[in-house]
Amino acid sequence: MDLQKFFEMGGYAGYVWTSYGLTALILLWNWWAARRSEAEAQTAARRRNELALERSS
Amino acid sequence: MTAARTPTLAAVKLVFQRDMTLAWRRWDEVAQPLIFYVVVTTMFPLATTPDLSALREIGGGVVWVAALLASLLALEALFRADVEDGTTEQWVLSGQPLGYLLLAKVAAHWVLTGLPLVIMSPIVGTGLGLPTSVWGVLMSSLLLGTGTLSILGGIGAALTVGVRRGSVLLSLLVLPLAMPLLIFGSRAVSMQMDGDSPAGPLQLLAAIFFMALSLGPIAMSAAIRISVEN
Amino acid sequence: MSWTWFHKLASPPHAYRILGSMAPWFGWASLALILLATWWGLVKAPADYQQGDGFRILYVHAPSAWMSMFTYVVMAVAAGVGLVWRIKLAHAAAAACAPIGASFTFLALATGSIWGKPMWGTWWVWDARLTSELLLLFLYLGYMALRASFDDPQRADRASAVLALVGVINVPIIHYSVNWWSTLHQPASVTKFDKPSIDLAMLIPLFLMIAGFQLYFGWAVSRRLRGEILRRERNANWLKEAT
Repeated sequence: MDLQKFFEMGGYAGYVWTSYGLTALILLWNWWAARRSEAEAQTAARRRNELALERSS
Repeated sequence: MTAARTPTLAAVKLVFQRDMTLAWRRWDEVAQPLIFYVVVTTMFPLATTPDLSALREIGGGVVWVAALLASLLALEALFRADVEDGTTEQWVLSGQPLGYLLLAKVAAHWVLTGLPLVIMSPIVGTGLGLPTSVWGVLMSSLLLGTGTLSILGGIGAALTVGVRRGSVLLSLLVLPLAMPLLIFGSRAVSMQMDGDSPAGPLQLLAAIFFMALSLGPIAMSAAIRISVEN
Repeated sequence: MSWTWFHKLASPPHAYRILGSMAPWFGWASLALILLATWWGLVKAPADYQQGDGFRILYVHAPSAWMSMFTYVVMAVAAGVGLVWRIKLAHAAAAACAPIGASFTFLALATGSIWGKPMWGTWWVWDARLTSELLLLFLYLGYMALRASFDDPQRADRASAVLALVGVINVPIIHYSVNWWSTLHQPASVTKFDKPSIDLAMLIPLFLMIAGFQLYFGWAVSRRLRGEILRRERNANWLKEAT
């Protein structure tokens, strides 16, 4: 398999690699954003719990 | 002593007449969307070209966009006053079918806003080079379109009542939903101008209108209940 | 038949735990499939007769477009369930779907535009397909904007649910009108993939990628939904163990 030809994508290199690059970007963003959203909710819930415990004691 | 229950039709008429009377006292508010309509359509020849034969190409679309934007302006305040003073709560509690009451309100809004836009459209269209031959199609497409838009806007207004900066959000919600109307409406006008039959888009506009008329009140009452419940 | 398992699903602590254990399976499986599909699509699949290697954009464009639609329907169904049966978890699921769906819609539009330039000579055309996809993006953005505008989470849930349902009526109208559109307007050029007479070797990476994206959606929704559950739970004892 010719690596040079692979990267050139029959002349469409710019288009193909940009598309796949954008896809990777969006998938990575979803990965990062989903984890962050969950983590933020966990921290907030933990804080609420601590406050509730403080108040009840 | 038990009060006889008011028939729904009477209640609907009451709501409609109340809005018309209120509008009559504040007719300058009614005139504002209409003036906006004329001003916006004037901006296009100023911004592009005074050449009527060139303007004619986009004339139908410009009239339609201006009508959409003008209707939206008036929709923002549709339910605000009634929610604030508790009238809407009374409607929810009244035992009358909420959808019909809200539809009466939307109908009043349309008569006060949409209908004048439709009537003004030939004049405004002439300013954009549209020939007399398209007046019928322009007006009928706008008739159906503004009707649908009043219902869609009613749903949006019900959802955003009491939201700060509600007017921008309302436009953001309603305009995408109104895009099919815009597409078919201006398409009808262009086709008429090109000599083709505009039956296709007009029928689609009619179908969308009747769908909005039947399903809209359900969405509106759900939205109003959500807004009023807290 | 006992419906206990179903009722248990709607219970937040139970769902929280199940999603937590399911997520890694979704995640790794989707990674494997996406990598496999990428290799297959870029390397193993033969070049197209007319489009050469440029057609390989299909393998990211079509799955994104599919997911953008799929996610909206899931979101709308969840919103409807939440509205009718007043199940908080359903509202939470709808909220979790929205950003995922919006990002897929953006990707579909972007990759479609990039594909369009060399093949059809233009970055954009206002035909029914593209316009309706753009409209879908607006619907997602409007949904998220409406949610964000309420302080009260319950009202945010229910108002946005109404909007999601109204928007879903729009979508099949527009997609159905694709047929009408071609009678209203002559198509500018014949689309290359209008007949699925594609070589099987070219189809396999497409299905692999769609499967990979679907599993990825499962992973992302699971993680986001866990967060949404936490946000909606107040003064619940199970939170103490969970966090």
